[in-house]
Amino acid sequence: MLIFGERINGMFTDIGDALRNKDPKPLQYWAVKQEEGGAHYLDVNSGPAIPTEERVAAYEWMVNVIQEVSELPLVLDSTNYNAIEAGLKVCKRPAIINSCPAEQVKIERVFPMAIQYNAGIIGLTMDKKGIPKDAENRVAFAMELVAAADEYGLPMEDLFIDPLILPVNVAQEHAPEVLESLRQVKMLANPAPRTVLGLSNVSQKSPDRNLINRTYLAMAIASGLDAAIMDANDDDLVDVAATCQILLNRSIYADSYLKVFRTR
Amino acid sequence: MSVTLVKERYSSKVGEVVLGATPEQGGTRTATVTVGGDSALPFLQFEGQMLNRPVIAMEVTDIIPTWNDTITKQIGDVINDPAAWAQKCVDEFGADLIYLKFDGADPEGENRSPEDCARIVKEVLAAVGVPLVVVGCDDTVKNNEVMTAIAEAAAGENLLIGIAEQDNYKSIAAAAMVHKHTLIACSPLDINICKQLNILINEMGLPLNKIIIDPTVAGLGFGIEYVYSIMERARLGALANDKMLSMPIICTVGYEANRCKEAYSTIEEFPGWGDLEDRGVLWEAVTASGVLQVGASILVMRNPKAVGLVQKNIADLMSK
Repeated sequence: MLIFGERINGMFTDIGDALRNKDPKPLQYWAVKQEEGGAHYLDVNSGPAIPTEERVAAYEWMVNVIQEVSELPLVLDSTNYNAIEAGLKVCKRPAIINSCPAEQVKIERVFPMAIQYNAGIIGLTMDKKGIPKDAENRVAFAMELVAAADEYGLPMEDLFIDPLILPVNVAQEHAPEVLESLRQVKMLANPAPRTVLGLSNVSQKSPDRNLINRTYLAMAIASGLDAAIMDANDDDLVDVAATCQILLNRSIYADSYLKVFRTR
Repeated sequence: MSVTLVKERYSSKVGEVVLGATPEQGGTRTATVTVGGDSALPFLQFEGQMLNRPVIAMEVTDIIPTWNDTITKQIGDVINDPAAWAQKCVDEFGADLIYLKFDGADPEGENRSPEDCARIVKEVLAAVGVPLVVVGCDDTVKNNEVMTAIAEAAAGENLLIGIAEQDNYKSIAAAAMVHKHTLIACSPLDINICKQLNILINEMGLPLNKIIIDPTVAGLGFGIEYVYSIMERARLGALANDKMLSMPIICTVGYEANRCKEAYSTIEEFPGWGDLEDRGVLWEAVTASGVLQVGASILVMRNPKAVGLVQKNIADLMSK
């Protein structure tokens, strides 16, 4: 179960300010802190902090300052594919592109870029019309992305299908559909694509964020989740991921399993 | 019709551990011995590499052992002199390592002092050029004293010392760390305790490449298949990047195989069992070859004829 640390996002005030002032320290602080918490990858997102015309330069800058302090591979998170490409150019290790919806124009832009830079892709089970409710429709979008991977020669394990979880306080009917989608995506190809969720979305604006996050993480991992964009410094949440590895017999149990899960 | 081999790909491999130290490295061995490094399941060399072949440590005791005649007569008079006995094992029987067991340190028996044990270690070190494995007695309190003295006296030699167990590992792990030896971490046929013990020892500060796993083998017919299943899980874990199970494995084959009735009962007691001499050799050799198949890197053996059979087995398995 891969942890993609979510904290380096321009939505957070400290990161937003750092991006505007070109101050590397907050990004570097959170890179190191998330790695200590147990992150396997670092998600990197400028958010709305940077105007469009400066985004390309910003992503190159972000990748460079993070790589000064961390050897973790990166997840480049943006809807601006030129900015992602600028980041990919300076990545020292294969990165993951976050993200590409099931839309032909975007597939044609993103998949060749992934092949060129040896990157993975997070594929979203949605199109211009939005996020479908039923598992069936989500999986249909997943199938389009799987077909694209096949067509462009992207190794199937480098495709991460994101069935897109929505906040439980306003859209709880999606929560079980996402779990069913995770199960069915595994049957789309052999080898199967991997799966990912933006976990924190499930608890947006709820008072019990941490409880909802860790409960849904356990349910999702049991349904076939391979990776999550999540809070790598929520120790209870990381402990749940570690415990799922043991309970699914993926890692041999030892009394100190929680500690060992975090060592790299 | 041509067939494409379906090959497994693993994300990691068994760690490599170096035993002994040459003069340049602070010891007195003529050469070091490296074990481990496998990047696939044992001997499946079409899927990965076996960087180092499995090795055989022959057992030498500090007091005359109560082993069966069929073994002791092959050793001869040198059995009362550990240094000469070790020499014979290397020169005549081709041992890769010497496993020096201090049964004489047992308080209920000879109660040999730690200083005396250290003296014998130095004599054996002087007699052979191969690396040494040194293990004490079964009394844990005495063993801690003995192994501390030995570790200090042989500082720099990078002995493989034993044993550390879940309830008694701190003293011997500290001795290994301070005097730069390698440590046998022993668990009672329990993979979870095996992993936990490695974690605890590593937490004390001993690096992962200074630990050898002893899962406690059983002889043929007395649980060897259970040993096999544990070693298989450890090997698969190592290949799947579980660093706490990535250590090479030592198996005390000579001790376990020769405890079995089948290895020492005479043909008069059990006519259907056939001649004891062959039977004893085969019981030990087949126990050894069984654990070889599942990843044993160091085999501790007693019967010279069995050693000969297993050496050939290893050579055959290693050839591509």
